[in-house]
Amino acid sequence: MKLTKDQVKHVAKLANLPLTAEEEKRYSEQLSKILDYVEQLNRVETSSAEPTFNVTGQSNVMREDETTPSLSQEEALSNAPQKKECMFETKGVFED
Amino acid sequence: MGKNNITSLTLIGTIKGLKQKDFSEEELNNAYFERIAKLNPKLNSFLEIKKNSCGIPAAIKDIICTQGIKTTAGSRILSNFIPPYNAIVIQRLLENGISVIGKTNCDEFAMGGSGENSSFGPTKNPWDLNKVTGGSSSGSAAAVAADLCAFALGSDTGGSIRQPASLCGVVGLKPTYGRVSRYGLIAMASSLDTIGPVTKSVEDAALVLDWISGGDGYDSNCHPERSEGYKHIFFAGAQNDKLIKGLKVGVPKEYFGEGLNPKVKQVIEDAIKKLEEQGAEIVEVSLPNSKYALAAYYIIVPSEISANMARFDGIRYGSARVDFGPEVKRRIMLGTYTLSSGYYEEYYAKAAKVRTLVKQDFNKAFDPPAGGVDVIVGPVSPTTAWNLGEKVDDPLTMYLSDIYTISANLAGIPGLSIPCGFSEGLPVGLQILGKQWDEETILRVGYAYEQSTEWHKEKPKI
Repeated sequence: MKLTKDQVKHVAKLANLPLTAEEEKRYSEQLSKILDYVEQLNRVETSSAEPTFNVTGQSNVMREDETTPSLSQEEALSNAPQKKECMFETKGVFED
Repeated sequence: MGKNNITSLTLIGTIKGLKQKDFSEEELNNAYFERIAKLNPKLNSFLEIKKNSCGIPAAIKDIICTQGIKTTAGSRILSNFIPPYNAIVIQRLLENGISVIGKTNCDEFAMGGSGENSSFGPTKNPWDLNKVTGGSSSGSAAAVAADLCAFALGSDTGGSIRQPASLCGVVGLKPTYGRVSRYGLIAMASSLDTIGPVTKSVEDAALVLDWISGGDGYDSNCHPERSEGYKHIFFAGAQNDKLIKGLKVGVPKEYFGEGLNPKVKQVIEDAIKKLEEQGAEIVEVSLPNSKYALAAYYIIVPSEISANMARFDGIRYGSARVDFGPEVKRRIMLGTYTLSSGYYEEYYAKAAKVRTLVKQDFNKAFDPPAGGVDVIVGPVSPTTAWNLGEKVDDPLTMYLSDIYTISANLAGIPGLSIPCGFSEGLPVGLQILGKQWDEETILRVGYAYEQSTEWHKEKPKI
């Protein structure tokens, strides 16, 4: 499975990952090699196997809908690179 | 008691020493602090050190959140992150009289098998400073091996506790998935991540597991009743010669084939003989799908990583995504690709089915009506510690060093690594795998082995 540089660019965009041209080239080679390796799974007969996504058998674990103590606003903001008026500050979505 | 004697004590020995007033908590903390100050520049085991005057000093992998203590996950992107809360495991340790003496180095976001993917430089193996420690819990394993803490916590997604424990000659326990709450563990692959102890003895591992297991309501896979007592298996005055008499020990033929270093193989075979001498029945078992486990793992893990790493947006915490290291970027890319439209069935869904087959292999081997075994033993790692830099340019070769450990993560079962000898001066670890929720039996086997050997008492000359 050969991953082209254009595919790498597309995937990087989906992943919101800024890559240099050198990285694009390197990942195209390395990821192709890894995809070649995982291709061996096609040899495994799995038509009668259910997929496993969780091993504990737990599903839909519920709790009472109650409020409990949580982080204060100050604590929640304590690691924010930029904040404004006690809120996270980020780039505008609809700005020009 | 001399300072070096204090730091060479096991956790249980330390508790005993404190009780008998052989030394004070302050003397204990000073002894460890001084030893870290002296040896850490050589080992790069700790990223952050804290001077305490009380509590028993534990080293915590830097991927576990500690309130008010910088937690980087070995990544530049979190180089200034100070968690405003404690992980549940940290809360539990504090409640049991443990203090955090420092945060240990690790592969960035636990992605790696050598410790070299840390943004803050590799950890050096205390047995040979030119060798890797294994990873990703590199600093935790090195800190325990070099007596820089009474015990440590690590995390294991594909072998990240067991493999460095093996390469550094200490005890490492990966609990059953769901035994220990992941709340406060910075997530890598959520369906596989576990937290567990790295210790100087099997008894110590049982004690720490006792403290940290059980649910908290913050990890839906971890239930309160999962907290069970493990201490009783030792402290009830177990008679060594009866510990594993009649126990069925499975040896998977697939773990002894091509790729296993012949000298490591010899050490492991000697260890298995030792178990036989103690009355265990050795049975060959087969895990036919284990050869596909690595491929399945390297689809499932990057897929889950690509989703988990999306949280690093540089808005709420951390710096910009450009600061991710090469392995993290590689896995995000791979996972984004395998989950992308049109490829999900071919990759993720297929790997999830192969995961079922890997799990069924274990179920069959452990199934009592079919004459199943109580535990499965084999090597942890196909080789001993390799040279720093040897595999960094070849991700696939690096991934292959996890070949014997990842199946346990895919199946969610517990696994223990214990020191079982040396090859050319470097430690070899014996892996003991157990049934889901049956840490007790693997600890018992590990304890029985430890009681009959002296390997765990060997210390690196550093």
